[in-house]
Amino acid sequence: MLELIKPTKFPFMTYRKRAYMFSIAVLLVGLAFVFIRGGFRLGVDFAGGRLIEYRFDRDVSTESLRAVLQQLGVAGGEIQKVDDTGRDYLVRLPLAESEQAANEQGPSTQILESLQAQNPGLTGEIRREELVGPRVGKELRWQATVAVTLALLGILGYVAIRYEWRLAVGGVIALSHDVLVTLLMCAIFDVEITISIIAALMTIGGYSINDTVVVFDRVREVAKLHPGDSMETVMNRAINETLSRTILTGLATIMCLFSLYFFGGQVIHDFAWAMLIGVIFGIYSSVYVAAGVALEFHNQGHKKKALASAASMNSLRLIDSVWPRTMRAIVSHPTAPIARNRT
Amino acid sequence: MERNFRWKLISLITLIALSTWALWPSFQLYSMPPAERYATGDPALRELRGKALKLGLDLLGGMHMVLQLDDSKLRPEEVPDAMDRVMQILRNRVDQFGVAEPIVQQQGADRILVQLPGLLEKDRAADLIGRTAQLEFRLVKTPADSRQVIERLDRAILLASKGSAADSLTVDSLATRPLIDLLTNFPDFSIWGGAEVEASDVPAVERALRSVNLETVLPRDASVMLGHKDVALGGGIVGRVLFVLNRQSNLSGDGIKTARMQVGIDPTRPSEPGVSMDMNAKGTTAFRKVTGDNVGRQLAIVLDDRVVSAPVIRDRIPQGRATISGSFTDSEAKDLGIILRAGALPAPVNIVEERTVGPSLGRDSIDAGLRAGWIGAVAVLLFMLLYYRFSGLIAVIGLSLNLFFLFAGLAAFKSTLTLPGIAGIALTVGMAIDANVLIFERIREELRSGKRVRKAIDAGYSRAFTTILDSNLTTLISAVVLFWFGSGPIKGFAVTLGIGILANLFTATTITKLIYDLMYAKREPATLSI
Repeated sequence: MLELIKPTKFPFMTYRKRAYMFSIAVLLVGLAFVFIRGGFRLGVDFAGGRLIEYRFDRDVSTESLRAVLQQLGVAGGEIQKVDDTGRDYLVRLPLAESEQAANEQGPSTQILESLQAQNPGLTGEIRREELVGPRVGKELRWQATVAVTLALLGILGYVAIRYEWRLAVGGVIALSHDVLVTLLMCAIFDVEITISIIAALMTIGGYSINDTVVVFDRVREVAKLHPGDSMETVMNRAINETLSRTILTGLATIMCLFSLYFFGGQVIHDFAWAMLIGVIFGIYSSVYVAAGVALEFHNQGHKKKALASAASMNSLRLIDSVWPRTMRAIVSHPTAPIARNRT
Repeated sequence: MERNFRWKLISLITLIALSTWALWPSFQLYSMPPAERYATGDPALRELRGKALKLGLDLLGGMHMVLQLDDSKLRPEEVPDAMDRVMQILRNRVDQFGVAEPIVQQQGADRILVQLPGLLEKDRAADLIGRTAQLEFRLVKTPADSRQVIERLDRAILLASKGSAADSLTVDSLATRPLIDLLTNFPDFSIWGGAEVEASDVPAVERALRSVNLETVLPRDASVMLGHKDVALGGGIVGRVLFVLNRQSNLSGDGIKTARMQVGIDPTRPSEPGVSMDMNAKGTTAFRKVTGDNVGRQLAIVLDDRVVSAPVIRDRIPQGRATISGSFTDSEAKDLGIILRAGALPAPVNIVEERTVGPSLGRDSIDAGLRAGWIGAVAVLLFMLLYYRFSGLIAVIGLSLNLFFLFAGLAAFKSTLTLPGIAGIALTVGMAIDANVLIFERIREELRSGKRVRKAIDAGYSRAFTTILDSNLTTLISAVVLFWFGSGPIKGFAVTLGIGILANLFTATTITKLIYDLMYAKREPATLSI
């Protein structure tokens, strides 16, 4: 039996405060970048505009493309080399008012023809062209926001039904954390927010909650088996017991993503990049953010409960009966000794 | 237990048979060489294509357009009728264009989706589909009237440019005659009957015209329009003519009965293509009157607010026949014939979204997607085999069946495989591996605690089940939400992910267990290769 990860007993929860600091630091750095750059760089999908991808049979310099744009009187164009060969270029143009009429010849052909006129013998093709009107861009932006929000709410609802609200909140905060970190990384590395990045964010959400659910399932189970243990002990045990799975699955997923990143072609490249960041942070957050936050909530509840029990035992019983049985088992032994060394 | 086992086996075999049946047309289609695959005309092939798994335009190459009806000039109750008419006309135009399986679909109240798979001539298609094709015949003003109108327009443009001097893009504010200075033959309008503009100055003239409200600036009965394309203007100059026309049209496109491309309309240029039009009764009468009353003047043929040609009326034309020759190419003349025949759109349409993927990028995407898929799959396969040995092999069998069911599901639901869809498959593979790892790690734990092999397997599966169910269902929730609220590309992702998760729930929890059960039903080994 090949074992990369032997059964461990690492007290993860002891270090949770440091993890919070780390998460907050990452978020702050990301927000600073968003602020410095003046917002996210939206792709044509969301900002509206025209994106043209050219492939030429030889190296055409960025300068000559820029000169052609100037000559055609196209203002505000952006030119980007796709790779080092210098044969592939992305040209992004704002939509002029008059270009929205359907029968106007687009500038993509004009640019190609002017370039060919200046470089005799040059052949080139339009590999891809995307045009999104400002209204559609706005609609897509709204749609993406609604989809992300509803998906988060749906997951919150499901986890709340299957577990209990503290875990649900922990799970959703972890999931938002991962999505947010990935989004901020896009700002830090100046990656354009396109539909494929949104798809990646949604996938990361799914992946993150998947990881969290695995840990929470084990928390529930351990709590049932060891009703005398404190919440912190229960969580540490659950995280350790699922650690081998977390790392193995993480490795396998990361292998797939690396394959997509390096060999999947340029269109999938950004998707794989965002996924890699999200998955790596997802592994970290299911341990520290999800479980950590649930533990904080639990400790808060425990403090309040101690006060409440001094005031009235009846109200406590009422609250207790509302909670799912497993959590009652955990909550009713909050003062149990920490980390009994079991074998 | 025994009974349950048999049912599982039967359902597995049924599912495999159904999947094979669903995937068979796809297998037939994609084992053909690509050139034969999309041949038009063969009804059997068309039927096969209808049943097989479809590739999205991002993989196949093609054009995707969303058009929006410009209903600003329609009353609200006219919109549904206008949409019906637009759809019908667009279908006619697209059908005559000759691509395999085009899609023309209404989206919402005022949008139309047009998809043309495998199409190469992007600009031509956009022109053919998006053109309103509003044809009009309008008299050209006399040179004296034209001069007056242009001088008046020039002053208005100058005034407008002073009013918005900050906006330097509109006109050069230093020029005292912003429009007239751009005309090469002012004030002598010669052979073309209009002002001439050099090709390089055309954008400047268009900007100048846009800087004022032409409807209020011009006299009530006049309008100005540029020619539809650059032509040789004589004297070695290439450019366009700026015509001053009547504002009212003398005859409109609904007077046209039919139209077709015709070569050699202009006897001096016998190989040049043009379009000839036959008019209906109403058109013939109107045309007879206009030509009879205005012999010697120019009658401009205007298509979508551009002057296509402006021939001089030599004589009264009684029989209702008109021709356009405006330095067209063959395909332009042919397309113009198509759209005049199909009729004008009741209102203009605007392209609000367009995505074109060239065939080379599509092919590259397929190649790269397949390569990444294979490399990822082999890496994961090796990883599972190395780490879990024999059990890893079972997992790999489960994973292959999972993908098989996934593709069968896509074919059965008539979904289209797109690039985001491939990403969804990648995620499904990740989820499937996770399910297996969860189960195997659980079995290892059970073995470590001293359970015997069969007991450990049973316990591993049953304990991992709720976790797998929870994690897959949460992902399924996001897939469903994405499907409902996402648009095209996101939807493709959601569909593959959703089908993949359902397939995964079945293969990971049932099929791999079935394999163990089949193997260890008779005798239980002392150790398990895991």
